[in-house]
Amino acid sequence: MSTHSPRGVGHLRGDQPFPEAAKVALANPQLRRNLQHATTTIRGKSGRVIAELPDWQELRAAGSALKAYTMGNLPRLLEQLEEKVTAAGGVVHWAADANEANRIVTDLVHQTGETRVIKVKSMATQEIGLNEALEAAGITPVETDLAELIVQLGKDKPSHILVPAIHRNRSEIREIFLREMPGVDPELTDEPTELAAAARRYLRETFLSTKVAVSGANFAIAETGTLAVVESEGNGRMCLTLPDTLITVMGIEKLVPAWTDLEVFLQLLPRASTGERMNPYTSMWTGVTPGDGPQNFHLVLLDNGRTAVLADEVGRSALHCIRCSACLNVCPVYERTGGHAYGSVYPGPIGAVLSPQLTGIKDNPSLPYASSLCGACFDACPVMIDIPSILVHLRNQAPHPRTEKAVMAAAAYTMDRPRLYARAQKAARLSKLLGKRGRGLPPPLHGWAASRDLPEPPPETFRDWWRGR
Amino acid sequence: MSSKNLILRRIREALGGEPAAVDVPRDYRRGPAPVDLDLLVERLVDYKAVVHRTSDIPGTIRGIVGSGTVVAPPGLPAEWVPSGSVRDDDLSAADIAAADGVVTAAAVAIAETGTIVLDASPDQGRRILSLLPDLHICVLHPDQVVATVPEAVARLSPGRPLTWISGPSATSDIELNRVEGVHGPRNLHIVLVEEEAAA
Repeated sequence: MSTHSPRGVGHLRGDQPFPEAAKVALANPQLRRNLQHATTTIRGKSGRVIAELPDWQELRAAGSALKAYTMGNLPRLLEQLEEKVTAAGGVVHWAADANEANRIVTDLVHQTGETRVIKVKSMATQEIGLNEALEAAGITPVETDLAELIVQLGKDKPSHILVPAIHRNRSEIREIFLREMPGVDPELTDEPTELAAAARRYLRETFLSTKVAVSGANFAIAETGTLAVVESEGNGRMCLTLPDTLITVMGIEKLVPAWTDLEVFLQLLPRASTGERMNPYTSMWTGVTPGDGPQNFHLVLLDNGRTAVLADEVGRSALHCIRCSACLNVCPVYERTGGHAYGSVYPGPIGAVLSPQLTGIKDNPSLPYASSLCGACFDACPVMIDIPSILVHLRNQAPHPRTEKAVMAAAAYTMDRPRLYARAQKAARLSKLLGKRGRGLPPPLHGWAASRDLPEPPPETFRDWWRGR
Repeated sequence: MSSKNLILRRIREALGGEPAAVDVPRDYRRGPAPVDLDLLVERLVDYKAVVHRTSDIPGTIRGIVGSGTVVAPPGLPAEWVPSGSVRDDDLSAADIAAADGVVTAAAVAIAETGTIVLDASPDQGRRILSLLPDLHICVLHPDQVVATVPEAVARLSPGRPLTWISGPSATSDIELNRVEGVHGPRNLHIVLVEEEAAA
């Protein structure tokens, strides 16, 4: 019995298939410039700090094995986590899906009597649409991560796992702040340090006066009940330290077996993610510490389709993801389309394998095709998730139309037979049937040709040239 | 059925059979490795921390603080606390935020990554102390420095609230470049005690 993430809640499904959404993105040259600039920057930074470590491949191997061990022993480790968190003064809740998680968090906030919560950037709460659920219940969620704030103020959607506002450049961010940030200095320039300072001023009072925070978690250690949040700005520390009540929503796959195992992930994550030797701040806490930090701690463990992913032996390693977003930054498809085209909070290569498995392939049938299968994602993944193999595996569950399969089979047959292939090449050269770069293919193949260019047939084939040499 | 039992049942059905036996290869560097203090300083400075190598801890702290007011955790050695400072005795968040700076000790530092770790011991105090003031001065002894992340994890106790700090508050959210200075302290000074004073 596998149960996917329910429809009608959260952000795992787009409004249109990937090829259509991608066309909109590709027509936006500013977006493409922003993405190219940002992904080029991060690839350079990440490559440099990874090269500093002599044992990067050994760390990857350990990270991969630790995640496989975790998935294989999940029931025992989850119960151990619950026991340890409870013993340390926390309260553990289990949420079978997005609706249940939203209800649990909303009820917990209502019980405090508060109507505003501060939030640390969290993929899990975006996935379940927690902000919409809170707003519907009369609770105002305030995103405190700079990129999330840019997205929230701009009434926009996140487009990257790590940097949700990656599609915005500095001058666009300035415009959003000038338009939407109450009390902002009208002389604000687009210098990144000034933009960061504006966010600091804007959120300071909110941090000091809000009594409830909602966070995600990067890691939860079963052995000790310790939770870890990895961040940069200090907004995470604010949310995890200042309020009276902390509610952490975490996917069940975020577990790490033992305290010692953090030594692997704390090296893999920052170098693969922001390209830093270490991110500026990492907070770790175990339950409640008297006199220090929130005195009420709730941990919500979320399924929402993860057990359905776990049931697929090939696809389950998508759950090993530590949300570093390295695969997005190296993906030639992501770099051109950006994250919105994927229609899910999980974009890029990892999103193309994770989203269809969480929702069921029927609800995201185009995503496994949003890839050229070049393999850069596999090389970049700090926990060695074989994303290309999972993409191929999922394509078999959402096959293209039969006509296309027949043409592909014919092409394979022809290419296997030199004489036939030579004749086909000649035919292509002579033929005016294809029209400009193949766009004029007759139905039913025009659909296939709409998103693909046939190479111009050369004036002379290699074979003709070889013979006449 | 409770959601807990439902989820656990789904997992067991998804996995089928016995728990997986997976060997975790630990061929990465786990130490102990020699500590290179110059590397620590280089890495701290690279992420825009200011480093003072000195045997005069009180004088160095006074020099950094100037005429500003600082808060100090309850267990900080008295000689490190500049005159006019406020000791944390359940201070309100507003009081802490109003201070110009904070002076703490540290639990561990990692040379390879330029990281200091606070574990809320009495000489480091509550987490809020090192968060709200805009200046954080952290006194570090050489014997607290380890070479790599695994050695730091081995020294720390997960039962304590831990804050790992690598440079001042920063963000990569604008065009994926690192920019210093968002919500945490925008000025991080490390007072690295020279050997003869530590002895």
